[in-house]
Amino acid sequence: MSLLDYTLRIADSSLISAQRLSEWCSKGPTLEEDIAISNISLDLFGQANGFLEYVSELDGNKTVDDFAFKRNEREFFNFKITEQPNGHFGDTIVKLFLTSAFNFLFYTKLSGSKNEKLSALAAKSLKEVKYHLKHSRSWMVRLGDGTEESNKKIQESLNSLWQFTGEFFEMDKVDTEISKSGLGVNNLSIKEDWNKIINTTLSESKLIRPKDGYMQTGSKRGIHTEHLGHLLSEMQYLPRAYPDAKW
Amino acid sequence: MEDSTEVWEVFIQSKNGLAHKHVGNVHATDKELALQNARDLYTRRNEGSCIWVVKSKYIVSSESEDGEAFFDPSNDKMYRHPTFYNMPDGAKHI
Amino acid sequence: MSKEKFQEKIDAEKKIEPKDWMPEAYRKHLIRQISQHAHSEIIGMQPEGNWISRAPSLRAKMILLAKVQDEAGHGLYLYSACETLGISRQELIQQLHEGKAKYSSIFNYPTLSWADMGAVGWLVDGAAIVNQVSLQRTSYGPYSRGMVKICKEESFHQRQGYEIMSEMANGTPEQKEMAQDALNRFWWPSIMMFGPHDGDSPRTGNAMKWKIKRQTNDELRQSFIDKTVHQAEIIGLTIPDPDLKWNEERGHYDFGEMDWDEFWDVVNGNGPCNKQRLDHHKKAHDDGKWVRKAAKAYSDKQKNLVKN
Repeated sequence: MSLLDYTLRIADSSLISAQRLSEWCSKGPTLEEDIAISNISLDLFGQANGFLEYVSELDGNKTVDDFAFKRNEREFFNFKITEQPNGHFGDTIVKLFLTSAFNFLFYTKLSGSKNEKLSALAAKSLKEVKYHLKHSRSWMVRLGDGTEESNKKIQESLNSLWQFTGEFFEMDKVDTEISKSGLGVNNLSIKEDWNKIINTTLSESKLIRPKDGYMQTGSKRGIHTEHLGHLLSEMQYLPRAYPDAKW
Repeated sequence: MEDSTEVWEVFIQSKNGLAHKHVGNVHATDKELALQNARDLYTRRNEGSCIWVVKSKYIVSSESEDGEAFFDPSNDKMYRHPTFYNMPDGAKHI
Repeated sequence: MSKEKFQEKIDAEKKIEPKDWMPEAYRKHLIRQISQHAHSEIIGMQPEGNWISRAPSLRAKMILLAKVQDEAGHGLYLYSACETLGISRQELIQQLHEGKAKYSSIFNYPTLSWADMGAVGWLVDGAAIVNQVSLQRTSYGPYSRGMVKICKEESFHQRQGYEIMSEMANGTPEQKEMAQDALNRFWWPSIMMFGPHDGDSPRTGNAMKWKIKRQTNDELRQSFIDKTVHQAEIIGLTIPDPDLKWNEERGHYDFGEMDWDEFWDVVNGNGPCNKQRLDHHKKAHDDGKWVRKAAKAYSDKQKNLVKN
């Protein structure tokens, strides 16, 4: 079912991003920022929950938590960038900025979906990711145009994470079908705007846009980096260890 | 010192039309982050429709030892209050 | 203002504000108490933070994250209150790192199963709330206002913990065992959160006279125990104290003696997680240094741009 697959991909990217961001709790560079990252994480868990509710409805059998806690690595379809380890604060900010810029444009389009559920979920998510973009952009500029050390650090983050940005604009059979029927987004159509956001911010941040070299791919087929397995084994431990228990 | 951030006082307008009310403060190095920090800390439960932040150092306060001189003199000026005046019986809408 | 006038003001239930004259000992006592309270909120993020990534449902995960985030917020409110006494957050954190400032010993115990999230919320937050409700009437204005805000926000915390305990106590045999085990491990440390007996608490006298504290350690402890016994019964768990029984005459529960050797050991740094908790905080602080530096440098550059 293409609609289910399509929705599940969106849910998975939100869920895995949220899980990663929640790892920051009690480790932020300031108390204020600790709170800010938790807020973003909570937004994304909420989005994941919303999209998974729809997936569960389409599926008609499995619950939201079944989808979150009882699937294996090969059954997850989140963008690979979302499962990358947090690294230092600059790594996290770059990840958040690149994905939020994509999410912002993606949800802007998806809120016009002919599917009422998707358009409503997108409209709600859009408000939240606007803030994520604003907040991460603020930090891109401060780290990029801060000290020599911070500029160097975040430029390195950008260079190493760039290979994961190709996935944002991949279109496979599911995407094509859903976007052609007016339910989803043609990701290629937002690439130009994404480039604009990225380029403007990078130049304001005194950062250099990396060259498009090797680009990671595979998440739409459930092919991930090795990091996802560890994330899942931690996240899913309780429901897996006590399958009969209710929590 | 690399860790010295400024303190900003935070005022939240809880609903459109109401006055902004002081709720506390945040630390931030600049106004943009001050506003975002205030949003993230003080509006987690739907408390806000508008936020002001102002550097604490720009707030000027009266001194507590001036309290008597500042505020007591207005105690006996009851003619500033409408209840001070005698109205003829039966007068309405005044 | 004289000491007598200050005391008159306190006795008249008037709040002391930052700009008001206060005895140096009052200021010092407040800094010690409020900063200890703030550090407790912040260090207290860790034992619960330990389970965020492993929470067993999306609902549980969001609740727990929101709760730990609240603790960060509450720490921040308290640092703010403390800063009005003329000490900076930086100095306060430095005192924590140097071991000069304490935090509540309860957070030096490990959280070993999901049921511990229940026990921490139900017992640890429950005990903290009893204390905090009382502190809403503390004599120092900023502290009192912080407490009011904190109490309002924390009202869901204890319920969240009790809900977990109740579900687990009524769940599978394994879950019930985890719940009882969590209660066994957290009961005594929780009632020791109220501190030593009044007779062994040298600073209580001044704190009560100045109305910084409104009830003594033993009063607060008793009120917590009286409330909690029934809650344990309802969900079918046993409080690990053979001496616990209702005393008709006193109108309170009698309870057994706490292990004060353990209490002082943990206070003095020898608890299961003392080093771990402090190291975690120091590491986060050190790791964030370059970020704080960058933000400061950026802001300085902007100021220069405006000047030129």
